[in-house]
Amino acid sequence: MSPRARTTRPPGVDLPDHPDRLWSPAEPKRAYDVVIVGGGGHGLATAYYLAKNHGITDVAVLERGWLAGGNMARNTTIIRSNYLWDESAGIYEHALKLWEGLEEDLGYPLLFSQRGVLNLAHSLQDVRDSVRRVNANRLNGVDAEWLTPEQVKEVCPIVDISPDVRYPVLGGTYQPRAGIAKHDYVAWGFAKAAADLGVDMIEHCEVTGLDVRDGRVTGVQTTRGPIAAGKVALAAAGHSSVVAGYAGVSLPLQSHPLQALVSELLEPVHPTVVMSNAVHVYVSQAHKGELVMGAGIDAANSYRQRGAFHVIERQMSAALELFPVFARAHVLRTWGGVVDVTPDASPIVGLTPVEDLYVNCGWGTGGFKATPGVGWCYAHTVATGEPHPLNAPFSLERFTTGKLVDEHGAAAVAH
Amino acid sequence: MLLIPCPWCGPRDEAEFHYGGQAHVAYPEDPAALSDEEWARYLFFRDNPKGLFAERWSHTAGCRRWFNAVRDTATNEIHAVYRVGEPRPVIA
Ligand SMILES: Cc1cc2nc3c(=O)[nH]c(=O)nc-3n(C[C@H](O)[C@H](O)[C@H](O)COP(=O)(O)OP(=O)(O)OC[C@H]3O[C@@H](n4cnc5c(N)ncnc54)[C@H](O)[C@@H]3O)c2cc1C
Ligand SMILES: [Zn+2]
Repeated sequence: MSPRARTTRPPGVDLPDHPDRLWSPAEPKRAYDVVIVGGGGHGLATAYYLAKNHGITDVAVLERGWLAGGNMARNTTIIRSNYLWDESAGIYEHALKLWEGLEEDLGYPLLFSQRGVLNLAHSLQDVRDSVRRVNANRLNGVDAEWLTPEQVKEVCPIVDISPDVRYPVLGGTYQPRAGIAKHDYVAWGFAKAAADLGVDMIEHCEVTGLDVRDGRVTGVQTTRGPIAAGKVALAAAGHSSVVAGYAGVSLPLQSHPLQALVSELLEPVHPTVVMSNAVHVYVSQAHKGELVMGAGIDAANSYRQRGAFHVIERQMSAALELFPVFARAHVLRTWGGVVDVTPDASPIVGLTPVEDLYVNCGWGTGGFKATPGVGWCYAHTVATGEPHPLNAPFSLERFTTGKLVDEHGAAAVAH
Repeated sequence: MLLIPCPWCGPRDEAEFHYGGQAHVAYPEDPAALSDEEWARYLFFRDNPKGLFAERWSHTAGCRRWFNAVRDTATNEIHAVYRVGEPRPVIA
């Protein structure tokens, strides 16, 4: 659809209806080859690729709430792979390539829309960093362009590029293959496909302990009784510190609330995704017509799924600075999730000091885009006991060796 | 938004404060003597409990002083605030 296309059909009428039950809720068995803790996008994708790529189907996904009711239900669905370092390009670009064939692979609509992502630069340092990132991306085979302010305006006509605002737009990076997808459909697609292959989806089952004997994990304690496990794969996002702590494993994570909001439904006005680290906001327009906006985390640690209003206020003033046309839009709804932040803004995916216990966490504000990629690599790690080459750089040991993958520049407010 | 009782100024909006993370993390006495493992612990690992957490705040838009608080990260309830140098209060 062209940016200025107008439709007389109300927004949202083309969306598929809510489906009937896509998987049957399972009763927990007494033992599984693999128990996955956490039924968010990552846990579900891992289950799917364990079954599909490795033929391991004696798998349970244990979820303390309802399936994909955590950050998977709360994120703003930005998908991109334009991170700075080679290690990041490896795993995020692997994910983006999988996204490009995922609807077909899962046989389920995901509303995956490659409408591009713009990352705006507002200072000379921003410009230098951005151009450097474009060059790094290209060397890694990731599509990336540097756009002048006029080209930014061509891609997204509602961005204010006048030079007399507080933080003028000096240009931006553009990744045309980036975009958004419908997060719930992604979760349901993975859950259905994994369940079809024999994986048990067990909801309202909170893991309350990990059984460790002689340095090896042997099972989990849950609110629905003990379950023995050959291997345990953690995918608990914001609660990773708590769950890993049951096995005495400490992780370099801090859990913070991250908020987002939507406006009322509007005519299509915003054709792409715009992010700005400097003014601290990002915006896209969902298929139904809501403007979807977010910003950075709340500063203080918290496991409350809500954040402070002053963070929203700041993010709204930043949005108005970039998009004066939003001045009369109304906020419909705000919400928060709990995200697990690492010191280098990169995830932790791999082995732990406890045998047969694996960890996937630390995706912080940006793990939705990685869902198929990390599911693929984490499944490999769990199935073979060795990290996949694409997640090997994201080991827990890197905090001891010092080989960090510092993505603060590409991941600060940018999800 | 949190309502944070500064030990000097009384209850003020969270927006007036700057967060400082976990309290009572001492700089190692002899950093050069630490193993890589111990140095990593000091540098990168902080407690992340779901529950009571002793943390630092600075009243940047008020008295500009640092102080400590014990807050429950599951509920955001602040159980105690105390001055830097004072021991962490025991919460029943
Ligand atoms: C407001 C917001 C906006 C975001 N925007 C983006 C974005 O635009 N792009 C992007 O790439 N990323 C974004 N993210 C980040 C992204 O949502 C996460 O990185 C990603 O969802 C984490 O993986 P997950 O889906 O498996 O997490 P979750 O969906 O949170 O799954 C973890 C699950 O573990 C369960 N669990 C926890 N403890 C236990 C236990 N003891 N027993 C059983 N189950 C347990 C939880 O209930 C939860 O369902 C955003 C996050 C938020 C909050
Ligand atoms: Zn004060």
